[in-house]
Amino acid sequence: MSLAKLGACASALALLVATPALAEIKIGASLAVTGPASFLGDPEAKTLEMLVKQLNATGGINGEEVELVLYDDGADPNKARTFATRLIEEDEVVAVIGGSSTGATMAMAPLFTDAEIPFVSLAGAVVIIDPVKEYVFKTPHTDRMACLKIFEDIKKRGMSKIGLISGTGGFGKSMRAQCLDVAGEAGVEIVADETYGPGDADVTPQLTNIANTAGVEAIVNPGFGQGPAVVTRNYAQLGLKMPFYQSHGVASDSFIHLAGDAANGVRLPATPMLIPGKLADDDVQKAAVTSYIADYKATYGEAPSTFGGYAYDAFNMVVNAIKAKGSSEPQAIRDGLEETSGYAGVTGVYTMSATDHLGLDLTAFRMLEIQEGTWVPVE
Amino acid sequence: MSELLQFVLSGVTVGAIYAAVALGFTLIYNASGVANFAQGEFVVVGGMTAAALITAGVPVYIAGPLAVIAGMIVGIGLYKLAIKPAGKAPLVSLVIITIGSSIFLRGVMQIVFDKQIHRYEGFSGDEALRFLGATILPQSLWIIGGSIFVFALLAWFVGHTKAGRGIRATASNRLAAVLVGINTGRSMNLSFALSAAVGALAGVLATPVTFTTYDAGVLMALKGFSATMLGGVGNPFGALVGGFAIGLIEAMTAGYISSDYKDAAAFIVILAVLFVMPQGLFGRRTTERV
Amino acid sequence: MNPTLKAFLITAALVVAGALIFPSSYYFRVGSLIWINTLSVTGIVVLLGYVGLVSLGHAGFFAIGAYAVAILPAYGVPSGAAFLIGAAVAGGLALMVGRPILKLSGYYLAIATLGLGMLIWMVLTKESWLTGGPDGMVVSGFNPRHWFAAVGIKMKTTEAWYWLSGIFATIGVVLAVNLGNSPWGRALRAVHDSDVAASSLGVDVARAKVVAFAISAVYASVAGSLLSLANGYITPDTAGFMHSVEMVTMAVLGGAGTVYGAIVGSMILTALPQVLTVVAEYEHLVLGAVMVATMVAMRNGLVPALAALAHRWRSE
Repeated sequence: MSLAKLGACASALALLVATPALAEIKIGASLAVTGPASFLGDPEAKTLEMLVKQLNATGGINGEEVELVLYDDGADPNKARTFATRLIEEDEVVAVIGGSSTGATMAMAPLFTDAEIPFVSLAGAVVIIDPVKEYVFKTPHTDRMACLKIFEDIKKRGMSKIGLISGTGGFGKSMRAQCLDVAGEAGVEIVADETYGPGDADVTPQLTNIANTAGVEAIVNPGFGQGPAVVTRNYAQLGLKMPFYQSHGVASDSFIHLAGDAANGVRLPATPMLIPGKLADDDVQKAAVTSYIADYKATYGEAPSTFGGYAYDAFNMVVNAIKAKGSSEPQAIRDGLEETSGYAGVTGVYTMSATDHLGLDLTAFRMLEIQEGTWVPVE
Repeated sequence: MSELLQFVLSGVTVGAIYAAVALGFTLIYNASGVANFAQGEFVVVGGMTAAALITAGVPVYIAGPLAVIAGMIVGIGLYKLAIKPAGKAPLVSLVIITIGSSIFLRGVMQIVFDKQIHRYEGFSGDEALRFLGATILPQSLWIIGGSIFVFALLAWFVGHTKAGRGIRATASNRLAAVLVGINTGRSMNLSFALSAAVGALAGVLATPVTFTTYDAGVLMALKGFSATMLGGVGNPFGALVGGFAIGLIEAMTAGYISSDYKDAAAFIVILAVLFVMPQGLFGRRTTERV
Repeated sequence: MNPTLKAFLITAALVVAGALIFPSSYYFRVGSLIWINTLSVTGIVVLLGYVGLVSLGHAGFFAIGAYAVAILPAYGVPSGAAFLIGAAVAGGLALMVGRPILKLSGYYLAIATLGLGMLIWMVLTKESWLTGGPDGMVVSGFNPRHWFAAVGIKMKTTEAWYWLSGIFATIGVVLAVNLGNSPWGRALRAVHDSDVAASSLGVDVARAKVVAFAISAVYASVAGSLLSLANGYITPDTAGFMHSVEMVTMAVLGGAGTVYGAIVGSMILTALPQVLTVVAEYEHLVLGAVMVATMVAMRNGLVPALAALAHRWRSE
């Protein structure tokens, strides 16, 4: 009888080991550092850690050091919610960055709203900021915007009939839904609609079906991870020639590496992070982009991905809010975030307001094309 | 018509990988009665090791064999550290042990390698081959050829060499094998090593087409089970056929029915087989001794 | 002492002990998860411990309950009724699918249940018009805090959830122990030892297995409904293979033969990731190693192993 109790006591003791609170300004983060969304969370975590170190090396914010409390939720909303409670109650953070995935974000958002702690999400879905929630912000462009940007380019090239091939993961599915939704208003027509699983090695059946659809003029592939690279390789394998668009989910050099020569000619909406060398000198984002890339390379030996960029901008906007308001109280940070205006980050120029907690418009996306293995801006 | 051929080629490419997983799985099951849920991890070990070596500049014809050897070491490690100490554990313990091992291996790979997706050049380049209106990548031919070759090699080994016959004897009746002087411990080691080698080889061959990343093993193991069930548990030829069959079923489902439920095909097949003919296509009907 | 009463006292004592020592909402939150897991794992104990059947797909039933309370309120069904409907669907599915599946044994059964769980996961992921797809959906329902307030007890939401899940877990444990010691329960255990022997004693083996399967499905479903409401959000991964593995591991770690094993297993595996956050990089490694080591060293689980130790110690 006493054994079950023994077990209970042992476990309870383990739980009581909590990290003591010491540093001045505590910023929390719950990211998918491991697991199926580590593609997102790993660069985000690395970016935050790098920025905090840099900040503290120069004396922190107004003389106060910053401590980053980072948890790995593996994109599991269950875990994320527990960590959210932990961040609020145990670690007593003043702001939170994170939720690499929509699921984790939506599970945490109500808790931060209740605790009145500003929360900057790094996930893609439009539902995070639409309808606007007082304490919830987000940095990544919405998938809706990606669709609109792609459709805009397609129309510019004189086409209108599109074949969609989307990944069935959260990102691909959500973007597909948005694309179907805005197709009408953008003046394009979706004539084929195929999907593939995240681990699929071959999508030639789906591409064949799309290619055989009467009148199809261009292909759009919402998705991220390895799927789009497989789709791109298969597209080249089948000898398809029609214009091919990827999403911002693969806006990274690793996509070119995985897709190889097949990637040439592919277009996608992306942040200027991919074309640092080709930015005009008076481009407001040039300074941030070049320094971020240089610092990340120096610290980690590899180029940062767009997802890391979202964390970069989220963190800097929080820091700017604290500096602007001269206070690290959660309420002040929230107000400061909402008052962000013209912040030239690596992923876009942000101007938030009471009705816009994203702060970006379509100009934040640049349409890029891959030529000879490098990114080239399309005018 | 060329459409159908394209679907077939697609299915056969993917099916060859499933077949290799199923083959390795069958080897271990026959030898030890253990359903190895960590089978998919061997494939990943092979692929990731090869990718890491090739990125470091090692030529492919050395990196490949090294990766297979790495897989073998992992396989032997699995047997010695996890399966053998468990002895005659009940089924559920063995299941948890192999699943726990796969989680452990994934954790190790995250640390030893990284969480990125990797690939390297195909052995004969990446230009697609055109054929009656359909296309196939040269690497796919390597994969298909590799699976069949491995199967033939295993069949020869198990049938015609002393060590191979030792494996068969140990699998059939361990006590009897001990009594006739067969070193059953070595046979078990060998079975696990071979099974892991088969998986690792599949990983090495498949990476140019499927890419590789530290957590690709789970889904692969599940599809491999499906193939094994379809072909008949314990029958290597069944594993081969089952693998190709599942690949084809998936491709046909994606091409003709709905790409959404393509993944479901494998699991529907498992259930259908288990309900209707549990012994699979080529398995023996087992009678339970009371 | 009457084993059912004993089970009630122990579980209730643990629930109350937790409430007394937990210093903050965070602990209550983890505590709620422990009790919710205890509930679902108790179902596994009934299936695995009593009857001896391995299911690698029970997360599917868990998810049915979880999604029932997420989806139905949108159609005007109150949360309480959604709870019951979810349990009914899970139980009904188990009864329907149980007959053919439970004719299998050993690995075949395990893989068949795995397939079932995966199919449920796939339906939840693909049918986004209903389930919100892979990104999941918001779950709005009752806040138990209001019930406690209605009887004059003021407490925070997380604390209220702790009590609610603790109460459910206690009821679940008591029912399971009662079942285990009833003639019906003894019939189940007879099946565990030998199908043939049990049937020669007159036990309707097939029916016993299906009923146990259905009971464990209902346990999982109710636990799923609780979690879904407590989290306010649900995603299809709740039905995933890894979650099913987690459930079985909790049972086996604690000791699948006894409901106390469910309690201990849930405590350890729910608290472990929280403790391991300090070494987050190595979490998978440690988890996998723990799973393997426990099965090798204590194949019947922690509770029986500790009981054996205590027995030896006492008799020296």
